Amino acid sequence: MNTATVKLSATVKESITDKPKAAWNYKNGSYFLLKALLTVSGFVIAVGVNIFFPQKAAVEIKNYTLSIFGLNIGLTMNDLYRALLVGLILIYTVSAIRSLADKDKRKKFCKNAAFRFALGLALAVWDIGGTKLQIFAQPFFPGPAQVAEAYLADGEYVLQNTLYSLRLYSAGFSCGVLLGVGTGILIGWFPKVYYWVYPVLKITGVVPAVAWMPFALTLLPNSFTAAVFLIVICAWFQIAFLTAQGIQSTPKQNYEAARILGSDPVDLIFHVAVPHAMPDIFTGITSANAMAFTTLVMSEMLGQPGGLGYYINQSKVWSAYYKVLAAIVIMAVLFSLINHIIGRIQKHTLRWQEGVVKK
Amino acid sequence: MSSSINISQVDRIYTDTDGRTVQALKNVDLDIKAGEFISLIGPSGCGKTTLLRLIAGLDKPQAGQLSIDGRKITGVDPERGYVFQQGSLFPWLDIGQNIAYGLRARGQLKQKKAKVGEYISMVGLDGFEKSYPHQISGGMAQRVAIARALINEPKALLLDEPMGALDSFTRADLQDKLLELWKENGTTMILVTHDIDEAIYLSDRIVIMTPRPGKISRVIEVDLPRPRHRGGIEFLAMRKEILELFELAQAQPQPEYNI
Repeated sequence: MNTATVKLSATVKESITDKPKAAWNYKNGSYFLLKALLTVSGFVIAVGVNIFFPQKAAVEIKNYTLSIFGLNIGLTMNDLYRALLVGLILIYTVSAIRSLADKDKRKKFCKNAAFRFALGLALAVWDIGGTKLQIFAQPFFPGPAQVAEAYLADGEYVLQNTLYSLRLYSAGFSCGVLLGVGTGILIGWFPKVYYWVYPVLKITGVVPAVAWMPFALTLLPNSFTAAVFLIVICAWFQIAFLTAQGIQSTPKQNYEAARILGSDPVDLIFHVAVPHAMPDIFTGITSANAMAFTTLVMSEMLGQPGGLGYYINQSKVWSAYYKVLAAIVIMAVLFSLINHIIGRIQKHTLRWQEGVVKK
Repeated sequence: MSSSINISQVDRIYTDTDGRTVQALKNVDLDIKAGEFISLIGPSGCGKTTLLRLIAGLDKPQAGQLSIDGRKITGVDPERGYVFQQGSLFPWLDIGQNIAYGLRARGQLKQKKAKVGEYISMVGLDGFEKSYPHQISGGMAQRVAIARALINEPKALLLDEPMGALDSFTRADLQDKLLELWKENGTTMILVTHDIDEAIYLSDRIVIMTPRPGKISRVIEVDLPRPRHRGGIEFLAMRKEILELFELAQAQPQPEYNI
């Protein structure tokens, strides 16, 4: 018995010494260096493309005056685009140096390298194909320098419209969530409410919220409240539907255990039913959120005095497709950010599920 | 700190989804003394869990009456704690919050906050306050369920096969823990089980029930000195006695017809 264990440990030792080569992964120094070079090389190519390829399209690249410390520096939009790329290169270089010490950060950095390279390459292709060689039709594919112009020359107006969208969204969506969860609790808890309200919800819930727009625009005092109303109903129905489902699927045993421990009916709702329904409530919030973005942009395009949707419409009229693209980029960033915030709240609220539910 | 429970002439009939009626309990009479440890044992369908649910107030009888300390049982009350077979912990609350649930629900959490830690140590779960139910083992979960019931200082603790889903080592461990808690708190204990050894090891009296219709067929006094030895001669003799009883108690097998 004893000898057998000794023998076993001996073979294990041998097998370790059999492999003197270091593993070719993020732990290896030269591997990491290679990944770091890969990360920045995409953006280096993008800068090179912007500098060395002459522009073929008849598009005016405007100048921009940057004022720093009383100095007025005249820059072209191309310079700004290049500065942005150099900034990215610097950021990733610093990030590479900072992740050197930490094993997990190194691993993550290496994992992202290929994607970041592709990102730089994509910018380069966009630049060449657009205004540089005019492979893509103009003015539908403005170059990166022009999109930068939309933010700098039209910055204040873009910001105003972004804030308008944000106001519409937050007013509509927060009301929608509150009403949705509230209605969902009532439907899930009281059979009478279920009987009368659930079928109505089920039928009206499938109608896209924007279909109500003619009514909203005529019956509500102004266009802002009309758009808020549309966002509210698209969040409300979806969230109410799922909240009710979550509440109704609470196991009977949870209620019995709580009652014996001293819960009254109100306590049962807020400390058993609602926590149990929380995963469903978040499913509702996430899917309603996506619909709320659609509703938001559509109602802005069809009848709002402001907002990113309005800005897109207005820019389209002037064939300023670079502004359309600029607004789309803002939407992508803004909506991703909102999704991210909701995701963080969800993760925190449902931390008890971690390890149970496969993500 | 403990209650006597009186059950007299209790009938409970269920109607299943096909409309058939099942007599879960018929003419059940039982007196449980304050501070007594009593086991309800019998094959499945004998109504032992039904009886426990009636005592808890989770269910009502069609006939007869149940009372505690002379008061009629009309509904659930924290004075009668209940431990379910498994999976009754609230998955969204951590162990500490699960145990504190009764105090919070009854608005006593502020005054008695220290008790939570006390009950966590009592069931040997120090350091697991912040774990969630799915992160702990089945045996630990049942200890949490017991601590959660005991924190309300019930006068009677009703246990519905709390160790049914556990392996035999964990089960023996938890049985000892249960005896320890019983000695400390003096609570009346009513345990539903299908494990004869468990019933003998723990109880003062064993109530043997038979199915179709569910009724009490015999009550056996376990007068073995404590602590009991699971392999002792008297223990085994009693085990044999109960086993023999069950052979009699079980319904006659249906004749099989072969075509």
